Amino acid sequence: MTLPLFSTTDDPGPDFTGLIRRLEVPSPTMMPTGSALFGSNGAGGNSFRHGTTVVALRFADGVVMAGDRRATEGHAIAHRAMQKVFPADRYSAVAIAGAAGPAVEMVRLFQTQLEHYEKVEGVVLSLEGKANQLSQMVREHLPMAMQGLAVVPLFAGYDLARGTGRIFTYDVTGGHYEETEYNATGSGGRDARTTVKLGYRDGLVRDEAVELAIQALYEAADEDSATGGPDLIRGIYPLVATVTAEGFLSIQDDEVAERFSTLIDRRRSEGRQL
Amino acid sequence: MTMPYYVAPEQVMKDRAEYAQKGIARGRSLVATTYDQGIAIVADNPSRSLHKISEIYDRIAFAGVGKYNEFDQLRVSGIRHADTKGYAYSREDVEARSLANLYAQYLGQVFTHEMKPLEVEILVAELGTGLRPPQLYHIAYEGTITDEDRYAVLGGETETIAQRLDQLWSAEWPLPDALRSAVGALAGPDRTLGGSDLEVAVLAEGNGRRAFRRLVDDELDALLG
Repeated sequence: MTLPLFSTTDDPGPDFTGLIRRLEVPSPTMMPTGSALFGSNGAGGNSFRHGTTVVALRFADGVVMAGDRRATEGHAIAHRAMQKVFPADRYSAVAIAGAAGPAVEMVRLFQTQLEHYEKVEGVVLSLEGKANQLSQMVREHLPMAMQGLAVVPLFAGYDLARGTGRIFTYDVTGGHYEETEYNATGSGGRDARTTVKLGYRDGLVRDEAVELAIQALYEAADEDSATGGPDLIRGIYPLVATVTAEGFLSIQDDEVAERFSTLIDRRRSEGRQL
Repeated sequence: MTMPYYVAPEQVMKDRAEYAQKGIARGRSLVATTYDQGIAIVADNPSRSLHKISEIYDRIAFAGVGKYNEFDQLRVSGIRHADTKGYAYSREDVEARSLANLYAQYLGQVFTHEMKPLEVEILVAELGTGLRPPQLYHIAYEGTITDEDRYAVLGGETETIAQRLDQLWSAEWPLPDALRSAVGALAGPDRTLGGSDLEVAVLAEGNGRRAFRRLVDDELDALLG
């Protein structure tokens, strides 16, 4: 290894993706493309892992983001404790749905990119700037998405300049759209979104927002076979995090477990079949 | 046709060293010291935006004195090296020793092969772990590398500053003591340096994954007492 030095006319600047391309370090953007290796329907019986439902909603102090823990391979459960909600940096979070391998790799690249920019430039990117960066990564992934390996992230963070939480959704072409209230993505995303929609109002407090996210995942797991519910036997619960002026904060497993058990008890006492 | 004069290699090296030393001595100095929670770096630098001290990686910091554009280029390449390595392998595989060696190689090569040596002196500091003590790698303009586990002084008048610091230095001292002594050593008997004349940063446990933190404004003033 040598010191990565560039001439002033050929400097990659604070762009980490550009840097590793220059240094020829393998990255998701360098994945082989070509014939449709996986057919047009990636979710079918293919042997690569798939992550599912993630949800984000705004509340008074910022945003809540949550994701289930299941990864599937075709119709089989491939992993029961997958992480789909990640801190992108101190004030933002990214959640992923889609082909698990490239998705996790994209998150790693995104995290490194944000930190790299911050260190090289000495200032943190604006939230909008971060959302744009992720957009470019999703766009570069488009050839793989066309082959069935789609990655659809959800990005949320606390905008320090505006003093508010913001949510961005993406499509496979790299288009990003700001959401004013909430959104969800992944195979159970529709059910999660409907659940949040029914309980959402402006200015929710933290506890209400966390509760709503948990309900959303519960309903999604109830309707969608690829979404994992709370695993009471193994003690594996969905991951929930908040991003506020205090930064990214993962909610303790105990609190999430407690909320699920309260939810289940309440349903039972109402005489419902859960 | 005129023949170029023969100049003895000793003379060439001596001239280059003198040139680099002069350049470095023109700038202000910098002190790094270990303390009970980590490493503190104090630079005599009134600028709020042109930094001499910066973050390289989770537990690694960089500091430079001399010509700003030259050590800033080294700083950026250090960040690039560390981030690339951490991305290609794992975060825990990034360590200061290999980076310090790369810097030494590069500075040495420029010193012997280029017309003009780099007028910089740099420091690569790494927070210790349970197994390793904190490490300060001091790399001079010609690529000489020394490792310290107590303190390091960079810039002009290093000997006087080091002497002053040595008298005050003690192992495992708390941050306020370390900072006051470092500032006192930098300032000398004839002047005083306040919070606004200094750039201060620490690599400390308890800051989370990224151990680097700048100390500014009220927090710094409170520590300096």
